Amino acid sequence: MKTTRRNFIQQTALFTSVFTLGFDWFESKGAAMAIANEPGRFNAFLSIDALGKIRLYSPNPEIGQGIKTAFPVVVAEELDVDWKQVEVLQANLDTQNFERQLTGGSGALKHSWERLRKAGASVRQMMVQAAANQWKVDAAACNTSKGFVLGPAGQKASYGSLAAEAAKLPVPATVSYKDRKDYKIIGTRVRGVDNHSIVTGKPVFGLDIRKPGMVFAQIVRPPFGATLKSFAADDVKKMPGIIDVVSFKNKVAIVGSSTYEIMQARQNLTCSYTSETTLESNDTHQAWFDAGMKSDKATLQRKDGDFAKAISEAAKVIEATYECPFISHSPMEPMNFFADVKPGAVLLAGPTQVPQPAQKAVATLLGVPENTIQVELSKMGGGFGRRLSNDFALEAAELSSIIKKPVLVMWTREDDMGGGTYRPAVRYHFKAGIDAIGNLTAFYLRGVGINAGNSTRQDNFPVGAIDNVLIESVDQKSAVTTGPWRAPITNFLGFAEQAFLDEVAEAAGKDPIQMRLDLLARVKSNPVGKITYEPDRFAEVIKQVAEKSAWKKKPGVHQGFSVYYSHFSYVAQVAEVQVKNGKPQVTQVTAVTDCGEVINLSGAENQVKGAIIDGMGHAMFAKLNFQAGVTSPTNFNAYRMIRGNEVPKIDAYFVDNGISPTGLGEPALPPTGGSIANAIYAATKKRFYKQPFY
Amino acid sequence: MAITLTINRKKVSLDIDSNTPLLWALRDHVGLLGTKFGCGIAQCGACTVWVNGEPMRSCVLPISAVGNAQITTIEGLDATGKHPVQEAWDELDVAQCGYCQAGQIMTAAALLKKNPHPSKQEIVDGMAGNICRCGTYHRIQEAVALASKKVKK
Repeated sequence: MKTTRRNFIQQTALFTSVFTLGFDWFESKGAAMAIANEPGRFNAFLSIDALGKIRLYSPNPEIGQGIKTAFPVVVAEELDVDWKQVEVLQANLDTQNFERQLTGGSGALKHSWERLRKAGASVRQMMVQAAANQWKVDAAACNTSKGFVLGPAGQKASYGSLAAEAAKLPVPATVSYKDRKDYKIIGTRVRGVDNHSIVTGKPVFGLDIRKPGMVFAQIVRPPFGATLKSFAADDVKKMPGIIDVVSFKNKVAIVGSSTYEIMQARQNLTCSYTSETTLESNDTHQAWFDAGMKSDKATLQRKDGDFAKAISEAAKVIEATYECPFISHSPMEPMNFFADVKPGAVLLAGPTQVPQPAQKAVATLLGVPENTIQVELSKMGGGFGRRLSNDFALEAAELSSIIKKPVLVMWTREDDMGGGTYRPAVRYHFKAGIDAIGNLTAFYLRGVGINAGNSTRQDNFPVGAIDNVLIESVDQKSAVTTGPWRAPITNFLGFAEQAFLDEVAEAAGKDPIQMRLDLLARVKSNPVGKITYEPDRFAEVIKQVAEKSAWKKKPGVHQGFSVYYSHFSYVAQVAEVQVKNGKPQVTQVTAVTDCGEVINLSGAENQVKGAIIDGMGHAMFAKLNFQAGVTSPTNFNAYRMIRGNEVPKIDAYFVDNGISPTGLGEPALPPTGGSIANAIYAATKKRFYKQPFY
Repeated sequence: MAITLTINRKKVSLDIDSNTPLLWALRDHVGLLGTKFGCGIAQCGACTVWVNGEPMRSCVLPISAVGNAQITTIEGLDATGKHPVQEAWDELDVAQCGYCQAGQIMTAAALLKKNPHPSKQEIVDGMAGNICRCGTYHRIQEAVALASKKVKK
């Protein structure tokens, strides 16, 4: 399934030169020692053997964001090889050689861009130097193309033939990068490196892990806030295929030799629970929202000027309250993890967005050193933030340590939806004041979240453009476990804020696009307090989306605008609604994104379209209910997912500015609910204040 | 009592509970892992296989109901990936996480077998039973259209 480092060495044993690396970011991690023993491995990201085989190592967990393709594209570009020449391998957790080996925050390219370019460019320079030495010419007179060094007198040598000599050279202290106009791979459409495995059904996901002696397990977890009092497992143990039933941490694990047998046996398990407090229901959460809105103990997040005074002097005051429920991440591959805990050696394998924290947490749990725990990364059948919590990995490790067997713990869809680390439920209250000529003079936001932390983003636009701002948050603790959900907080805050600004623009008698541009002009000339965004980049995506969508120039089409900055990227959207048979139908979304340099256009379009569909589907349909600590619904029959016959046409454009790349897995989601709600308002004069809309 | 199934043109004898859904027979007992578990209640389509060429949800289909029917899984469509639908999926770079795509591909290939040149609306309707959480729906629909052109050749 995967080439591990160990069998990679065996496969390429013919190439044996050993050298010391000079990369500062490797040395700081002690990596020079670790990698120098590997034949042909020039640095953490690439190896070239004598036969010319080029292997690129992608360290970050692949969740569907396309990082396993995007990272190697950057290395291959600067190495100056043909994309068809390279083989891409998923690196397992390797804290010696890689930093930030995680998937989250849309941060991978922003973090690694320079490192990836350096990894490729420095080896390209070493190849050039090796050839120059051989030909006795000046390195500056040589060039490269598609994995060859080209000399001034027509000489030509492949990287493979030069690799042994190149490896003996010092790693260049300085490297030069290609001019972006010379890019051959970056910015083109590169197909996913795993496409063939996917279309032929290769076992690449966590649930496909099979190891010798492995058993299967499912785990029954308590309602949120409840404690396991007792369980009756005698009938379960008698069922065919059942190996063991054990309990740990309020959970009951059923271990068996096949999935269906475990599912059958599980129906015979009875558990009884106790609780010291009343278990939470929808009503509990509503009461908490009400209390949080009235609370005098809110945390101040930002204060500019004097909001109270400004609002009292405003010519017009606009107020609105928005609310979203808990929702599940619902990746298509439910949670699962493999663990084999043996004395002195622990093997973890499976889908996690954060393998190093899994290693650390399991080390703590089992009381063993981290370096005795190996973590293999599988491809992930989605995650959307759910796999940032390593609860499933800890469960697998704990269970394996109890039953002393290698085990694959699988969650059913009901387990997955019922036992989440959900997107927290939040209620927002906005208040804005405008003066007699329609200028926004006062802005207030209170966010009340349930296990949401700070549910505001207090330094984001339109803050910075308004003289009097007050932003505060209340976080209510709950037994319901929550966690980051694609574009944490902003996945709903983006909607609420953009829907509210649409109301403000209407009250001020302004075009919603022009109002944003006016505010950004104010930020640029005279910002109020600290800001986190660049007003010029913000304005550019707005101007481009207005042009691409023919804003307010399409008769019979109702348009809604939104724009949001998150994960260091800017996305502006115009959604279009047409009324068909008396019903509003979202027919198109036009999105303009500034994420700096687009690495893989195919992957970038996928991320933007996917995030918009994700944002739209969850805004329209998704809601979890709670009754006495138990979630409903628990499967796709009642928890509605957006389908292919419900998606609008989406046009995704990118600003071509060559700025160092920033995040793209999340930023197109936050503006989506707003553009759609604003377009539906334009068509129907009905505003949405709660998700789900329907 | 052993049950004999015909999977990807090979006979396989299984000595398991005859109520076992085909999905779990394939994954846990035959060792064909390409067919995916998504919901277990025939709602998402990740587990779609062919039974006598008809797309079926293997997560709710007990092996006792399969009998002598020909079962085709993603591994049996074309192991080299040369089926027009597989080629179209690669060319248009459909997959994000890829987990639902085996079910999407089996649904699409069955659709084209029945209707080699579907209209845009027929594609949209024919693929609406399969959920893709990553939201690759546009490319799925475009890839079915592209595969349809490849079939024509």
